[in-house]
Amino acid sequence: MNKSPVDEALSLDALRAGDRNEFARLVDLFSGRIYRLALQITGNTQDAEDVLQETFLKAFHALPGFEGRSSLSTWLYRIAVNEALMILRRQKVQFSLAEDNESNDEEKTEALQLVDWCCLPEDELQSTETRRVLEEAIQRLSPALRVVFLLRDVEGLSVKDTADSLGITESAVKVRLLRARLRLREELSAYFSERMEK
Amino acid sequence: MSEQKHCHDLIETLSDYVDGNLNPVLCEELERHLRECPNCRIVVNTLRKTIELYQKEAQEETLPDDVRERLFRRLDLTSFLK
Repeated sequence: MNKSPVDEALSLDALRAGDRNEFARLVDLFSGRIYRLALQITGNTQDAEDVLQETFLKAFHALPGFEGRSSLSTWLYRIAVNEALMILRRQKVQFSLAEDNESNDEEKTEALQLVDWCCLPEDELQSTETRRVLEEAIQRLSPALRVVFLLRDVEGLSVKDTADSLGITESAVKVRLLRARLRLREELSAYFSERMEK
Repeated sequence: MSEQKHCHDLIETLSDYVDGNLNPVLCEELERHLRECPNCRIVVNTLRKTIELYQKEAQEETLPDDVRERLFRRLDLTSFLK
């Protein structure tokens, strides 16, 4: 089992035994991250809250049987991702996380924007306007790419844990991560190059 | 091999490179190319910055108090609300 420092701080035995105090600690440790992930996948605060609540309800009922083959955090992310994707499916968003469907990853992304915006002032890079652009760019990714980027780059899961959370191979994670990163870079580059021309 | 083809081939290695997971042979080849290719240097730098911006944005987000309160109520953990 690959335990994260956060997992180390919790007693798995107490959680399995239904200890409410330990469960409340688990909720406080992970609820911010689960809500953020759900919000980015669904793009909607009400849906994100539903995902958050369902994730911990399911976790509480499933904890007595948790075998610890993955870390607690990977296990929770997996529940949350499944809940969030179920909401997208209900909304008829067409996508698949299945293997062997490179066409779902769409065509290869080329690096077309070649403007160096790294040296823009920090207040420009973190302005309200930039945050809106970041949000819109990530929402334009397909769910299959978005969720890989969120787990790996935003939540900091390893490639293996990302793959385990999604039930896909590590090579699929790597392919999708590269596509997602390059697309987001293209979108931000287009935005910042316009800003630099002003 | 033309320079453009070289850039196109190396782009496939960029994720592993920015994560520090590229094997040493490919890493050396990519870094040699980056020294000579300003366009690829821009791609690498802006790729790193893109990831950094998303990470910074996420760090600033916290769970809204009202969402936490409703969560604790739903989980029957009201006595643990501080």
